[in-house]
Amino acid sequence: MTAAAEPSGLYRTVALIRGFEQRAVELVRDGVIRGGIHPCTGQEAVAAGTCAALRPDDVITSTHRGHGHVLAKGADPARMMAELAGRSTGLNQGRGGSMHAADFAAGVLGADAIVGAAVPIAAGAAWAMRQAGADRVALAYFGDGAVSQGVVLESFNLAALWRVPVVLVCENNGFATSMRPADTMAGTVVGRAAAFGIPAAVVDGMDPQAVLDATTGAVERARSGGGPTLLECVTYRFDAHHTWEHTARPRYRTDEEVAAGTARDPLEIQGARIPAATRATIDAETAELLDEAVRFALAGPHPDPATALDHLYATGLRPRAGAL
Amino acid sequence: MPRLSYLKALNRAIGDEMERDPAVCVLGEDIGVAVTYATAGLLRRFGRDRVLDTPISEQAFTSFATGAAMAGMRPLIEFQIPALLFLAFEQIANQAHKFSLMTGGQTRVPVTYLLPGSGSRDSWAGQHSDHPYSLFAHVGVKTVVPATATDAYGLLVTAIRDDDPVVVFAPSGALGVREDVDLAGLAPVPLGSARIHRAGTDVTVVAVGHLVHDALAVADELAGTVSVEVFDPRSLHPFDWAGLAASLERTGRLVVVDDSNRSCGIGAEIVATAAEEMRLVAPPRRVTRPDGAVLPFARELDLACQPTRSQLRAAVEKSVGAG
Ligand SMILES: Cc1ncc(C[n+]2csc(CCOP(=O)(O)OP(=O)(O)O)c2C)c(N)n1
Ligand SMILES: [Mg+2]
Repeated sequence: MTAAAEPSGLYRTVALIRGFEQRAVELVRDGVIRGGIHPCTGQEAVAAGTCAALRPDDVITSTHRGHGHVLAKGADPARMMAELAGRSTGLNQGRGGSMHAADFAAGVLGADAIVGAAVPIAAGAAWAMRQAGADRVALAYFGDGAVSQGVVLESFNLAALWRVPVVLVCENNGFATSMRPADTMAGTVVGRAAAFGIPAAVVDGMDPQAVLDATTGAVERARSGGGPTLLECVTYRFDAHHTWEHTARPRYRTDEEVAAGTARDPLEIQGARIPAATRATIDAETAELLDEAVRFALAGPHPDPATALDHLYATGLRPRAGAL
Repeated sequence: MPRLSYLKALNRAIGDEMERDPAVCVLGEDIGVAVTYATAGLLRRFGRDRVLDTPISEQAFTSFATGAAMAGMRPLIEFQIPALLFLAFEQIANQAHKFSLMTGGQTRVPVTYLLPGSGSRDSWAGQHSDHPYSLFAHVGVKTVVPATATDAYGLLVTAIRDDDPVVVFAPSGALGVREDVDLAGLAPVPLGSARIHRAGTDVTVVAVGHLVHDALAVADELAGTVSVEVFDPRSLHPFDWAGLAASLERTGRLVVVDDSNRSCGIGAEIVATAAEEMRLVAPPRRVTRPDGAVLPFARELDLACQPTRSQLRAAVEKSVGAG
């Protein structure tokens, strides 16, 4: 068992993501992070549990609400924070931001801002890794809202048909912006998997250990040639859909509902499983790490406007400018 | 006079048309709570049968609207992000747009596609910052890009009443624009009719969407040295070619400022048509995004890819210096 999969390791990852999001939300308020973020507060158990079941050479694709996934897979929080702040020291050199954070060295093929768009990408990567003779797997995250995208269901079919080593992780956080699954979804998430003959399970997405256990089984199946598995991790979005909501406050859930939804907290659930002293040490180490991450982010240089279209083409092709 | 914001104008246009014509209905994501504000209050006023909060299924609900239109409805679709037009491009360019001709005129597809917040939104990065109006003009879908609140009202009303598909781009750079208006005087604006915001004699600046306001600012800066005519096409397809020709008869010089990528952007078409058919005493110029630009996230980089006032000013000065 890797350190991340130990009870204290799961707690450490959950605490890291929680603290990261708190600091990122503050930096949005301060105007340091532009464009806002989609905080994953409350959903940390899904990222922590799934990634703890993966090897460093496995890969993930993520979503617009992807900070937790990227951190849990092993990206450096300092370079991640620098990316959100748009600095050249960021994971993507300030080119991607919150919704496109990628770290290929850590197996993060990238977050994606288009709902559902990364699911076929994960499946394709998984297929290619198997073609290359490796036993690596890919894991795709997507929301409850994404199962209404045609491309997601088409990907289920491809993955099942070709027994692709991909793990399909639906994070059902109760909302797609203002919409609830009951308003947008005929049938169920696991029912969609069943239609393609994909084994599927509903998992307690508030419990890092339960997520780890379920993912371990899914990863073993994928690695051993058994094809895809779908896990519907039921969780709750504690914070806004997007930080824009902190000022605009659209009303789509009541305070009572939020209170009920946040009553089970992955930080507390996992925290209760480890000795108090261990927890305190992890909390202190995490705070130090994240304070340093913010310092690193703020110290990073802003990119030079003359480099705006660097990397537009892999071949280095230079586009014409917009004014002569 | 009441002050009307651009977003309120869009909202008012949809409400007025729904009031006037029971066939008008609205589909989109989170339109009940009105995340973009364009649909604010409509669910309460018109109910769930006419204001449909959709699943995140753009391809399906875009052609769903096509089918409904062919069966007598007049749907408006709100897309939350301009890039969703890429997702639904097949449904608009290859389905809705083609049915009138392919059926030999048996059907019509009166659907409006509304994009509140097109173009850069101040660091929303590569997949939220596109401004693909030229793409729709290119395939021949009717395309409008209002710059002001009154035009937003007038063009959206016209789009809804039009019997063909129409894409309405509401640039994020214009959403904050407010105007003192006589609400009773709000009226439909015909497609293909430009608006001259400021008359001038030396140079015609054709500015698209939010860039109209930049062009007006540059015209102000240059007042006294260069007399700039600010020409807002409002509708890109159809385009007011006669209006542009008349303007160039007066000025003979043309600068286009256009938030499209340079290659194959609407600016290229405007410059080419002017060069072929209109009076020019100096080479026409364009200020655009770079070729094939993907807007990077960091603010400095995002801005570096968009047309700026200083680029426009330089282009106007070069145009006057030449010829
Ligand atoms: C294809 C597409 N449609 C619409 C949007 C706008 N949008 C961004 S997030 C979101 C809701 C996504 O809900 P869900 O998949 O449940 O993920 P969550 O936000 O809950 O993490 C929507 C509609 C988008 N980014 N992509
Ligand atoms: Mg969701």
